Amino acid sequence: MPILEGQDVTKFFGGLAAVSHVDFHVDQGEILGLIGPNGAGKTTLFNLISAAIPFKSGEMRFKGHKLNGLKPHQICKLGVSRTFQETKVFANISVLQNVLVGAFFGTPTRVSAADAAREASQALEFVGLTAMSALPTKDLTMVNQKRTEVARALATKPELLLLDELMAGLTPAEVSEAMELVTRIRDKGITVFMVEHVMKAIIGICGRIMVLHHGEKIAEGTPQEIVANKKVIEIYLGEETRAGS
Amino acid sequence: MNITTLTSKRFLVPAVLLLVLVLLAIAPRLIGLDHINIMTDLIMWGVLAVSWVIFSAPTGYMSLATGGFFGIGLYTSAILYAREGVLLPLPACIVVGGLFSFCAALGIGAVTLRLRGIYFAMFTFGVVEFSNRFFNWFELEIMGARGRNVAVVDTATLYYIALIIVVAVMVTAYLIKRSRYGLALQGIGEHEEAAAHMGVDTTRLKILTFAISAFFMGAMGVATGPRVFYVDPTTAFNANYTFLPVLMALFGGMGQLYGPILGAVSFGYLRYYLITKVPYQYMLIFGITLVLVVVFLPQGVGGLIQRVQNRLGGLITKLRKGGPVEQHANT
Repeated sequence: MPILEGQDVTKFFGGLAAVSHVDFHVDQGEILGLIGPNGAGKTTLFNLISAAIPFKSGEMRFKGHKLNGLKPHQICKLGVSRTFQETKVFANISVLQNVLVGAFFGTPTRVSAADAAREASQALEFVGLTAMSALPTKDLTMVNQKRTEVARALATKPELLLLDELMAGLTPAEVSEAMELVTRIRDKGITVFMVEHVMKAIIGICGRIMVLHHGEKIAEGTPQEIVANKKVIEIYLGEETRAGS
Repeated sequence: MNITTLTSKRFLVPAVLLLVLVLLAIAPRLIGLDHINIMTDLIMWGVLAVSWVIFSAPTGYMSLATGGFFGIGLYTSAILYAREGVLLPLPACIVVGGLFSFCAALGIGAVTLRLRGIYFAMFTFGVVEFSNRFFNWFELEIMGARGRNVAVVDTATLYYIALIIVVAVMVTAYLIKRSRYGLALQGIGEHEEAAAHMGVDTTRLKILTFAISAFFMGAMGVATGPRVFYVDPTTAFNANYTFLPVLMALFGGMGQLYGPILGAVSFGYLRYYLITKVPYQYMLIFGITLVLVVVFLPQGVGGLIQRVQNRLGGLITKLRKGGPVEQHANT
Protein backbone atom coordinates (compact mmCIF):
# COMPACT_ATOMS: atom_id res chain seq x y z
CA MET A 1 0.00 0.00 0.00
CA PRO A 2 1.83 3.15 -1.18
CA ILE A 3 1.98 6.09 1.22
CA LEU A 4 3.65 8.30 -1.40
CA GLU A 5 3.21 7.99 -5.14
CA GLY A 6 4.87 9.98 -7.89
CA GLN A 7 4.00 9.93 -11.55
CA ASP A 8 6.06 11.42 -14.35
CA VAL A 9 7.93 13.63 -11.85
CA THR A 10 10.13 15.99 -13.84
CA LYS A 11 12.28 18.98 -12.94
CA PHE A 12 14.43 21.00 -15.28
CA PHE A 13 17.22 23.31 -14.15
CA GLY A 14 17.70 25.45 -17.22
CA GLY A 15 17.99 22.92 -20.03
CA LEU A 16 19.14 20.12 -17.75
CA ALA A 17 16.66 17.54 -16.56
CA ALA A 18 17.61 17.04 -12.90
CA VAL A 19 14.73 14.61 -12.46
CA SER A 20 13.21 13.19 -15.60
CA HIS A 21 9.86 11.39 -15.91
CA VAL A 22 10.32 9.41 -12.71
CA ASP A 23 7.51 7.15 -11.55
CA PHE A 24 7.99 5.93 -8.01
CA HIS A 25 6.16 4.86 -4.91
CA VAL A 26 6.99 4.44 -1.25
CA ASP A 27 5.09 1.72 0.55
CA GLN A 28 3.67 2.20 4.02
CA GLY A 29 6.08 0.94 6.67
CA GLU A 30 9.07 0.20 4.43
CA ILE A 31 12.60 1.55 4.30
CA LEU A 32 13.20 2.60 0.71
CA GLY A 33 16.72 3.43 -0.37
CA LEU A 34 17.58 5.92 -3.10
CA ILE A 35 21.02 5.60 -4.65
CA GLY A 36 22.84 6.90 -7.67
CA PRO A 37 25.98 8.76 -8.70
CA ASN A 38 26.53 12.37 -7.64
CA GLY A 39 24.25 14.66 -9.62
CA ALA A 40 21.78 11.86 -10.33
CA GLY A 41 18.90 13.93 -8.93
CA LYS A 42 18.44 12.22 -5.57
CA THR A 43 18.41 15.36 -3.45
CA THR A 44 16.38 17.13 -6.14
CA LEU A 45 13.72 14.44 -5.82
CA PHE A 46 13.69 14.96 -2.03
CA ASN A 47 13.48 18.71 -2.58
CA LEU A 48 10.51 18.20 -4.87
CA ILE A 49 8.71 15.97 -2.38
CA SER A 50 9.30 18.39 0.50
CA ALA A 51 8.55 21.43 -1.72
CA ALA A 52 11.95 22.99 -1.13
CA ILE A 53 11.82 23.68 -4.86
CA PRO A 54 8.51 24.23 -6.63
CA PHE A 55 7.04 21.20 -8.27
CA LYS A 56 5.11 21.70 -11.49
CA SER A 57 5.58 18.84 -13.90
CA GLY A 58 4.11 15.47 -12.99
CA GLU A 59 2.07 14.50 -10.00
CA MET A 60 2.75 13.35 -6.46
CA ARG A 61 0.27 12.13 -3.91
CA PHE A 62 0.83 11.55 -0.21
CA LYS A 63 -1.92 9.40 1.29
CA GLY A 64 -4.14 10.60 -1.54
CA HIS A 65 -3.34 14.33 -1.02
CA LYS A 66 -1.94 16.02 -4.09
CA LEU A 67 1.39 17.65 -3.21
CA ASN A 68 1.62 19.92 -6.25
CA GLY A 69 1.69 23.58 -5.31
CA LEU A 70 2.02 23.09 -1.56
CA LYS A 71 4.53 25.03 0.56
CA PRO A 72 7.21 23.30 2.67
CA HIS A 73 5.39 23.94 5.96
CA GLN A 74 2.21 22.44 4.54
CA ILE A 75 4.05 19.32 3.41
CA CYS A 76 5.47 19.00 6.92
CA LYS A 77 2.06 19.33 8.52
CA LEU A 78 0.71 16.65 6.17
CA GLY A 79 3.18 14.23 7.75
CA VAL A 80 6.32 14.33 5.60
CA SER A 81 9.46 15.45 7.40
CA ARG A 82 13.10 15.52 6.35
CA THR A 83 16.73 16.01 7.22
CA PHE A 84 19.34 17.69 5.07
CA GLN A 85 22.41 16.51 3.24
CA GLU A 86 24.36 19.39 4.74
CA THR A 87 22.98 19.68 8.24
CA LYS A 88 20.78 22.68 8.76
CA VAL A 89 20.49 22.78 12.52
CA PHE A 90 19.74 26.02 14.31
CA ALA A 91 23.30 26.34 15.57
CA ASN A 92 22.96 29.10 18.15
CA ILE A 93 20.04 27.74 20.10
CA SER A 94 20.03 24.66 22.28
CA VAL A 95 19.48 21.13 21.01
CA LEU A 96 16.17 21.00 22.87
CA GLN A 97 15.04 24.27 21.28
CA ASN A 98 15.86 22.90 17.83
CA VAL A 99 13.60 19.96 18.46
CA LEU A 100 10.93 22.19 20.03
CA VAL A 101 10.57 24.08 16.76
CA GLY A 102 9.53 20.82 15.13
CA ALA A 103 7.26 19.89 18.03
CA PHE A 104 5.50 23.27 18.09
CA PHE A 105 5.01 23.80 14.38
CA GLY A 106 5.20 20.42 12.69
CA THR A 107 1.68 19.19 13.30
CA PRO A 108 -1.54 20.48 11.75
CA THR A 109 -3.15 21.24 15.11
CA ARG A 110 -1.85 23.67 17.74
CA VAL A 111 0.33 21.93 20.30
CA SER A 112 0.36 23.06 23.93
CA ALA A 113 3.71 23.99 25.46
CA ALA A 114 3.59 20.98 27.78
CA ASP A 115 2.87 18.57 24.93
CA ALA A 116 5.61 20.08 22.79
CA ALA A 117 8.11 19.76 25.63
CA ARG A 118 7.13 16.12 26.14
CA GLU A 119 7.30 15.38 22.43
CA ALA A 120 10.71 17.04 22.14
CA SER A 121 12.23 15.22 25.08
CA GLN A 122 10.89 11.90 23.79
CA ALA A 123 12.43 12.55 20.40
CA LEU A 124 15.75 13.45 22.00
CA GLU A 125 15.67 10.32 24.10
CA PHE A 126 14.88 8.27 21.01
CA VAL A 127 18.00 9.48 19.20
CA GLY A 128 20.10 9.37 22.37
CA LEU A 129 20.74 13.07 22.89
CA THR A 130 18.99 13.65 26.21
CA ALA A 131 22.26 14.41 27.98
CA MET A 132 23.12 17.13 25.47
CA SER A 133 19.72 18.76 25.19
CA ALA A 134 20.77 21.98 26.93
CA LEU A 135 23.92 22.55 24.89
CA PRO A 136 24.10 25.06 22.06
CA THR A 137 23.74 22.92 18.94
CA LYS A 138 26.90 24.32 17.36
CA ASP A 139 28.94 22.67 20.14
CA LEU A 140 27.85 19.19 19.06
CA THR A 141 29.89 16.89 16.81
CA MET A 142 28.64 16.36 13.27
CA VAL A 143 27.08 13.00 14.04
CA ASN A 144 25.19 14.50 16.95
CA GLN A 145 24.07 17.43 14.84
CA LYS A 146 22.68 14.88 12.39
CA ARG A 147 20.90 13.16 15.26
CA THR A 148 19.51 16.55 16.30
CA GLU A 149 18.06 16.90 12.80
CA VAL A 150 16.49 13.46 13.07
CA ALA A 151 15.01 14.31 16.47
CA ARG A 152 13.73 17.63 15.14
CA ALA A 153 12.10 15.83 12.21
CA LEU A 154 10.62 13.14 14.48
CA ALA A 155 9.14 15.82 16.73
CA THR A 156 6.91 16.89 13.83
CA LYS A 157 5.26 13.45 14.11
CA PRO A 158 5.86 12.41 10.50
CA GLU A 159 4.42 9.38 8.78
CA LEU A 160 7.11 9.57 6.14
CA LEU A 161 10.67 10.61 6.94
CA LEU A 162 13.11 11.63 4.21
CA LEU A 163 16.72 11.09 5.30
CA ASP A 164 19.25 12.75 3.02
CA GLU A 165 22.65 11.09 3.47
CA LEU A 166 22.35 10.54 7.18
CA MET A 167 25.48 8.35 7.21
CA ALA A 168 27.79 10.47 5.07
CA GLY A 169 31.03 11.19 6.87
CA LEU A 170 30.30 8.85 9.79
CA THR A 171 32.76 6.33 11.21
CA PRO A 172 31.92 2.62 10.75
CA ALA A 173 30.77 2.42 14.36
CA GLU A 174 28.58 5.49 13.91
CA VAL A 175 27.15 4.00 10.71
CA SER A 176 26.08 0.91 12.64
CA GLU A 177 24.41 3.10 15.26
CA ALA A 178 22.67 5.11 12.57
CA MET A 179 21.45 1.92 10.87
CA GLU A 180 20.01 0.78 14.16
CA LEU A 181 18.37 4.20 14.63
CA VAL A 182 16.75 4.09 11.17
CA THR A 183 15.45 0.58 11.86
CA ARG A 184 13.95 1.75 15.16
CA ILE A 185 12.30 4.67 13.36
CA ARG A 186 10.69 2.22 10.95
CA ASP A 187 9.63 -0.01 13.85
CA LYS A 188 7.86 3.02 15.34
CA GLY A 189 5.61 2.89 12.28
CA ILE A 190 7.30 5.67 10.34
CA THR A 191 7.99 5.00 6.68
CA VAL A 192 11.57 5.88 5.72
CA PHE A 193 12.83 7.07 2.34
CA MET A 194 16.60 7.52 2.42
CA VAL A 195 19.29 8.80 0.09
CA GLU A 196 22.54 7.11 0.91
CA HIS A 197 25.97 6.37 -0.51
CA VAL A 198 27.04 3.98 2.22
CA MET A 199 26.15 0.69 0.50
CA LYS A 200 26.61 -1.37 3.63
CA ALA A 201 23.83 0.61 5.27
CA ILE A 202 21.57 0.61 2.22
CA ILE A 203 21.87 -3.11 1.71
CA GLY A 204 21.62 -3.81 5.42
CA ILE A 205 18.37 -2.04 6.21
CA CYS A 206 16.45 -1.20 3.03
CA GLY A 207 13.68 -3.48 1.93
CA ARG A 208 13.76 -1.96 -1.51
CA ILE A 209 16.15 0.24 -3.46
CA MET A 210 15.61 2.68 -6.29
CA VAL A 211 18.45 3.86 -8.52
CA LEU A 212 18.61 7.23 -10.28
CA HIS A 213 21.04 8.18 -13.02
CA HIS A 214 20.99 11.49 -14.89
CA GLY A 215 17.58 12.12 -13.37
CA GLU A 216 16.11 8.88 -14.70
CA LYS A 217 15.11 5.82 -12.77
CA ILE A 218 17.27 3.01 -14.10
CA ALA A 219 16.50 0.26 -11.62
CA GLU A 220 14.32 -0.67 -8.70
CA GLY A 221 14.16 -3.80 -6.56
CA THR A 222 15.37 -5.65 -3.51
CA PRO A 223 18.99 -5.11 -2.38
CA GLN A 224 19.92 -8.49 -3.88
CA GLU A 225 18.44 -7.56 -7.23
CA ILE A 226 20.14 -4.17 -7.23
CA VAL A 227 23.65 -5.41 -6.44
CA ALA A 228 23.25 -7.99 -9.21
CA ASN A 229 21.88 -5.49 -11.73
CA LYS A 230 24.35 -5.04 -14.59
CA LYS A 231 23.38 -1.46 -15.37
CA VAL A 232 23.70 -0.40 -11.72
CA ILE A 233 27.08 -2.06 -11.40
CA GLU A 234 28.29 -0.37 -14.55
CA ILE A 235 27.10 3.09 -13.61
CA TYR A 236 27.31 3.24 -9.88
CA LEU A 237 28.65 0.30 -7.93
CA GLY A 238 31.62 -0.76 -10.04
CA GLU A 239 33.03 -4.26 -10.37
CA GLU A 240 34.73 -4.29 -6.97
CA THR A 241 31.51 -3.89 -5.03
CA ARG A 242 30.11 -6.82 -6.91
CA ALA A 243 33.14 -8.89 -6.13
CA GLY A 244 32.99 -7.80 -2.50
CA SER A 245 29.33 -8.51 -1.93
CA MET B 1 22.63 29.15 33.68
CA ASN B 2 21.77 27.06 36.73
CA ILE B 3 18.84 26.76 39.11
CA THR B 4 20.14 29.22 41.71
CA THR B 5 20.58 32.06 39.23
CA LEU B 6 17.11 31.33 37.89
CA THR B 7 15.44 31.49 41.28
CA SER B 8 17.30 34.62 42.36
CA LYS B 9 16.46 36.27 39.03
CA ARG B 10 12.81 35.39 39.47
CA PHE B 11 12.55 37.84 42.36
CA LEU B 12 15.30 40.28 41.53
CA VAL B 13 14.27 41.21 37.99
CA PRO B 14 10.61 42.06 38.70
CA ALA B 15 11.66 43.99 41.81
CA VAL B 16 14.18 46.08 39.87
CA LEU B 17 11.71 46.62 37.02
CA LEU B 18 9.01 47.75 39.45
CA LEU B 19 11.40 50.16 41.15
CA VAL B 20 12.47 51.64 37.80
CA LEU B 21 8.85 52.01 36.71
CA VAL B 22 7.84 53.74 39.94
CA LEU B 23 10.79 56.12 39.67
CA LEU B 24 9.92 56.86 36.05
CA ALA B 25 6.28 57.41 36.97
CA ILE B 26 7.05 59.98 39.66
CA ALA B 27 9.91 61.58 37.70
CA PRO B 28 7.87 64.62 36.52
CA ARG B 29 7.38 65.56 40.18
CA LEU B 30 11.07 65.18 40.96
CA ILE B 31 12.83 66.91 38.09
CA GLY B 32 12.20 69.89 35.82
CA LEU B 33 10.15 69.81 32.66
CA ASP B 34 13.24 70.38 30.50
CA HIS B 35 14.68 67.16 31.77
CA ILE B 36 11.37 65.43 31.29
CA ASN B 37 11.46 66.44 27.65
CA ILE B 38 14.91 64.89 27.29
CA MET B 39 13.69 61.74 28.98
CA THR B 40 10.76 61.54 26.58
CA ASP B 41 13.26 61.80 23.76
CA LEU B 42 15.35 58.96 25.17
CA ILE B 43 12.25 56.85 25.64
CA MET B 44 11.33 57.50 22.01
CA TRP B 45 14.71 56.15 20.90
CA GLY B 46 14.22 53.21 23.23
CA VAL B 47 10.86 52.38 21.62
CA LEU B 48 12.38 52.55 18.14
CA ALA B 49 15.38 50.41 19.12
CA VAL B 50 13.26 47.75 20.84
CA SER B 51 10.75 47.62 17.98
CA TRP B 52 13.58 47.23 15.50
CA VAL B 53 15.07 44.43 17.59
CA ILE B 54 11.74 42.54 17.77
CA PHE B 55 11.98 41.70 14.09
CA SER B 56 15.54 42.21 12.94
CA ALA B 57 17.52 40.66 15.79
CA PRO B 58 16.19 37.09 15.68
CA THR B 59 15.58 36.87 11.93
CA GLY B 60 18.75 38.60 10.80
CA TYR B 61 16.69 40.62 8.32
CA MET B 62 18.21 44.08 8.58
CA SER B 63 15.28 46.45 8.22
CA LEU B 64 16.10 50.04 7.32
CA ALA B 65 12.46 51.08 7.19
CA THR B 66 12.22 52.31 10.79
CA GLY B 67 12.23 55.95 9.71
CA GLY B 68 9.42 55.24 7.27
CA PHE B 69 7.08 53.72 9.82
CA PHE B 70 7.97 56.42 12.33
CA GLY B 71 7.32 59.05 9.66
CA ILE B 72 3.90 57.58 8.94
CA GLY B 73 3.17 58.08 12.64
CA LEU B 74 4.40 61.66 12.57
CA TYR B 75 2.23 62.42 9.57
CA THR B 76 -0.75 60.79 11.21
CA SER B 77 -0.37 63.17 14.13
CA ALA B 78 0.01 66.13 11.76
CA ILE B 79 -3.22 65.26 9.98
CA LEU B 80 -5.47 63.82 12.70
CA TYR B 81 -4.09 65.94 15.53
CA ALA B 82 -3.41 69.13 13.57
CA ARG B 83 -3.14 72.52 15.22
CA GLU B 84 -5.91 73.75 12.89
CA GLY B 85 -8.29 71.15 14.19
CA VAL B 86 -8.06 67.98 16.23
CA LEU B 87 -10.02 65.14 14.59
CA LEU B 88 -9.44 62.42 17.16
CA PRO B 89 -8.24 62.30 20.77
CA LEU B 90 -4.50 61.67 21.01
CA PRO B 91 -4.69 58.04 22.27
CA ALA B 92 -6.95 57.18 19.33
CA CYS B 93 -4.54 58.93 16.94
CA ILE B 94 -1.70 56.85 18.37
CA VAL B 95 -3.56 53.60 17.75
CA VAL B 96 -4.59 54.72 14.27
CA GLY B 97 -1.03 55.79 13.39
CA GLY B 98 0.25 52.48 14.66
CA LEU B 99 -2.27 50.66 12.51
CA PHE B 100 -1.29 52.71 9.44
CA SER B 101 2.30 51.63 9.95
CA PHE B 102 1.18 48.07 10.63
CA CYS B 103 -0.67 47.97 7.30
CA ALA B 104 2.20 49.63 5.43
CA ALA B 105 4.53 46.99 6.86
CA LEU B 106 2.19 44.20 5.76
CA GLY B 107 2.37 45.56 2.22
CA ILE B 108 6.10 46.21 2.21
CA GLY B 109 6.72 42.89 3.91
CA ALA B 110 4.71 40.95 1.36
CA VAL B 111 6.89 42.40 -1.39
CA THR B 112 10.31 42.60 0.24
CA LEU B 113 10.55 39.66 2.61
CA ARG B 114 11.38 37.42 -0.32
CA LEU B 115 14.64 39.31 -0.49
CA ARG B 116 17.47 38.35 1.79
CA GLY B 117 20.51 40.04 3.24
CA ILE B 118 21.70 43.26 1.70
CA TYR B 119 18.85 43.32 -0.84
CA PHE B 120 16.25 43.47 1.89
CA ALA B 121 18.15 46.23 3.69
CA MET B 122 18.51 48.31 0.53
CA PHE B 123 14.89 47.87 -0.49
CA THR B 124 13.54 48.91 2.89
CA PHE B 125 15.83 51.92 2.86
CA GLY B 126 14.57 52.75 -0.61
CA VAL B 127 11.01 52.66 0.68
CA VAL B 128 11.82 55.36 3.25
CA GLU B 129 13.50 57.55 0.64
CA PHE B 130 10.58 57.01 -1.68
CA SER B 131 8.12 58.02 1.05
CA ASN B 132 10.15 61.17 1.64
CA ARG B 133 10.02 62.15 -2.07
CA PHE B 134 6.42 61.10 -2.47
CA PHE B 135 5.18 63.13 0.48
CA ASN B 136 7.25 66.07 -0.72
CA TRP B 137 5.60 65.91 -4.11
CA PHE B 138 2.17 65.29 -2.63
CA GLU B 139 2.39 68.23 -0.21
CA LEU B 140 3.70 70.68 -2.79
CA GLU B 141 1.71 69.66 -5.84
CA ILE B 142 -1.55 68.44 -4.37
CA MET B 143 -1.91 70.25 -1.04
CA GLY B 144 -0.10 73.38 -2.18
CA ALA B 145 1.94 73.79 0.99
CA ARG B 146 4.80 71.92 2.56
CA GLY B 147 4.75 71.10 6.25
CA ARG B 148 2.05 70.92 8.88
CA ASN B 149 1.66 72.00 12.48
CA VAL B 150 0.70 69.61 15.23
CA ALA B 151 -1.57 70.57 18.13
CA VAL B 152 0.10 71.40 21.43
CA VAL B 153 0.17 68.84 24.24
CA ASP B 154 1.80 69.46 27.62
CA THR B 155 5.22 67.94 28.32
CA ALA B 156 4.18 65.70 31.21
CA THR B 157 1.34 64.10 29.22
CA LEU B 158 3.66 63.34 26.33
CA TYR B 159 6.11 61.83 28.77
CA TYR B 160 3.51 59.52 30.25
CA ILE B 161 2.29 58.50 26.82
CA ALA B 162 5.84 57.62 25.78
CA LEU B 163 6.23 55.69 29.02
CA ILE B 164 3.11 53.66 28.28
CA ILE B 165 4.31 52.91 24.74
CA VAL B 166 7.75 51.80 25.90
CA VAL B 167 6.23 49.50 28.50
CA ALA B 168 3.88 48.08 25.86
CA VAL B 169 6.69 47.46 23.38
CA MET B 170 8.90 45.87 26.05
CA VAL B 171 6.11 43.55 27.17
CA THR B 172 5.38 42.65 23.53
CA ALA B 173 9.04 42.00 22.80
CA TYR B 174 9.32 39.83 25.91
CA LEU B 175 6.21 37.82 25.11
CA ILE B 176 7.31 37.23 21.50
CA LYS B 177 10.83 36.29 22.53
CA ARG B 178 9.77 33.67 25.04
CA SER B 179 6.95 32.26 22.90
CA ARG B 180 7.05 29.51 20.28
CA TYR B 181 7.07 32.26 17.67
CA GLY B 182 10.26 33.70 19.15
CA LEU B 183 11.84 30.30 18.72
CA ALA B 184 10.62 30.08 15.14
CA LEU B 185 11.98 33.56 14.37
CA GLN B 186 15.36 32.43 15.67
CA GLY B 187 15.10 29.40 13.45
CA ILE B 188 14.37 31.65 10.47
CA GLY B 189 17.48 33.67 11.31
CA GLU B 190 19.66 30.57 11.35
CA HIS B 191 18.26 28.40 8.56
CA GLU B 192 15.10 29.69 7.02
CA GLU B 193 14.51 26.62 4.79
CA ALA B 194 14.93 24.26 7.73
CA ALA B 195 12.40 26.26 9.73
CA ALA B 196 9.93 26.03 6.84
CA HIS B 197 10.44 22.27 6.56
CA MET B 198 9.72 21.93 10.28
CA GLY B 199 6.27 23.41 9.71
CA VAL B 200 6.88 27.11 10.29
CA ASP B 201 4.89 29.31 7.91
CA THR B 202 7.94 31.53 7.52
CA THR B 203 6.42 34.09 5.16
CA ARG B 204 3.42 34.74 7.38
CA LEU B 205 5.45 34.86 10.59
CA LYS B 206 8.00 37.24 9.10
CA ILE B 207 5.40 39.62 7.70
CA LEU B 208 3.35 39.61 10.89
CA THR B 209 6.35 40.24 13.13
CA PHE B 210 7.59 42.97 10.81
CA ALA B 211 4.14 44.58 11.04
CA ILE B 212 4.00 44.30 14.84
CA SER B 213 7.35 46.04 15.12
CA ALA B 214 6.11 48.71 12.68
CA PHE B 215 3.01 49.27 14.81
CA PHE B 216 5.10 50.52 17.72
CA MET B 217 7.28 52.64 15.45
CA GLY B 218 4.16 54.29 14.05
CA ALA B 219 2.56 54.72 17.47
CA MET B 220 5.72 56.39 18.76
CA GLY B 221 5.70 58.62 15.68
CA VAL B 222 2.23 59.91 16.55
CA ALA B 223 3.25 60.49 20.15
CA THR B 224 6.30 62.44 18.96
CA GLY B 225 4.33 64.72 16.61
CA PRO B 226 3.18 67.15 19.30
CA ARG B 227 6.73 67.30 20.69
CA VAL B 228 8.29 68.42 17.39
CA PHE B 229 5.34 70.80 16.65
CA TYR B 230 6.06 70.91 12.93
CA VAL B 231 6.10 67.99 10.50
CA ASP B 232 7.33 68.04 6.91
CA PRO B 233 8.55 65.18 4.73
CA THR B 234 12.24 65.86 5.28
CA THR B 235 12.01 65.86 9.08
CA ALA B 236 9.45 63.03 9.19
CA PHE B 237 11.34 60.59 6.99
CA ASN B 238 14.75 61.53 8.34
CA ALA B 239 17.39 58.84 8.00
CA ASN B 240 18.39 59.42 11.65
CA TYR B 241 15.21 57.66 12.74
CA THR B 242 16.31 54.67 10.69
CA PHE B 243 19.97 54.42 11.59
CA LEU B 244 20.20 55.62 15.19
CA PRO B 245 17.93 52.86 16.58
CA VAL B 246 20.08 50.26 14.84
CA LEU B 247 23.25 51.78 16.28
CA MET B 248 21.62 52.01 19.70
CA ALA B 249 20.61 48.35 19.56
CA LEU B 250 24.18 47.41 18.63
CA PHE B 251 25.55 49.68 21.35
CA GLY B 252 23.31 48.17 24.00
CA GLY B 253 23.56 44.61 22.73
CA MET B 254 20.72 42.53 21.37
CA GLY B 255 21.21 39.41 23.45
CA GLN B 256 19.05 40.75 26.28
CA LEU B 257 15.87 42.74 26.08
CA TYR B 258 17.24 45.55 28.22
CA GLY B 259 20.15 45.93 25.78
CA PRO B 260 18.41 48.18 23.24
CA ILE B 261 16.92 50.30 26.04
CA LEU B 262 20.31 50.66 27.65
CA GLY B 263 21.78 51.53 24.28
CA ALA B 264 19.07 54.07 23.50
CA VAL B 265 19.41 55.80 26.86
CA SER B 266 23.20 55.94 26.96
CA PHE B 267 23.69 56.60 23.28
CA GLY B 268 20.77 59.03 23.14
CA TYR B 269 22.03 60.95 26.14
CA LEU B 270 25.57 61.05 24.80
CA ARG B 271 24.25 62.39 21.52
CA TYR B 272 22.14 65.02 23.26
CA TYR B 273 25.05 66.03 25.48
CA LEU B 274 27.47 66.33 22.57
CA ILE B 275 25.01 68.27 20.41
CA THR B 276 24.36 70.82 23.13
CA LYS B 277 27.86 71.08 24.62
CA VAL B 278 30.21 70.55 21.66
CA PRO B 279 28.04 70.93 18.56
CA TYR B 280 31.00 71.15 16.19
CA GLN B 281 32.91 68.13 17.44
CA TYR B 282 29.73 66.16 18.05
CA MET B 283 29.87 63.95 14.99
CA LEU B 284 33.57 63.26 15.46
CA ILE B 285 33.29 62.14 19.09
CA PHE B 286 30.08 60.27 18.34
CA GLY B 287 31.72 58.37 15.51
CA ILE B 288 34.82 57.47 17.51
CA THR B 289 32.67 56.18 20.37
CA LEU B 290 30.72 54.02 17.98
CA VAL B 291 33.86 52.53 16.44
CA LEU B 292 35.28 51.79 19.89
CA VAL B 293 32.08 50.06 20.96
CA VAL B 294 31.94 47.91 17.85
CA VAL B 295 35.60 46.93 18.22
CA PHE B 296 35.75 46.33 21.96
CA LEU B 297 32.18 45.45 22.88
CA PRO B 298 30.82 43.36 20.02
CA GLN B 299 28.03 42.13 22.30
CA GLY B 300 27.23 45.71 23.31
CA VAL B 301 26.90 47.10 26.82
CA GLY B 302 24.40 44.35 27.63
CA GLY B 303 27.03 41.76 26.77
CA LEU B 304 29.52 43.52 29.04
CA ILE B 305 27.01 43.43 31.89
CA GLN B 306 26.49 39.70 31.33
CA ARG B 307 30.24 39.16 31.47
CA VAL B 308 30.55 41.13 34.71
CA GLN B 309 27.61 39.19 36.14
CA ASN B 310 29.27 35.90 35.28
CA ARG B 311 32.54 37.06 36.84
CA LEU B 312 30.72 38.20 39.99
CA GLY B 313 28.77 34.95 40.09
CA GLY B 314 32.04 33.03 39.86
CA LEU B 315 33.59 35.19 42.57
CA ILE B 316 30.65 34.65 44.91
CA THR B 317 30.81 30.90 44.33
CA LYS B 318 34.50 31.05 45.12
CA LEU B 319 33.96 32.97 48.35
CA ARG B 320 31.21 30.60 49.43
CA LYS B 321 33.04 27.42 48.66
CA GLY B 322 36.48 28.80 49.38
CA GLY B 323 37.57 26.89 46.30
CA PRO B 324 38.79 27.91 42.89
CA VAL B 325 36.45 29.79 40.59
CA GLU B 326 34.58 27.50 38.30
CA GLN B 327 35.15 28.45 34.69
CA HIS B 328 31.93 28.96 32.80
CA ALA B 329 31.85 27.84 29.22
CA ASN B 330 30.15 31.04 28.15
CA THR B 331 32.53 33.54 29.71
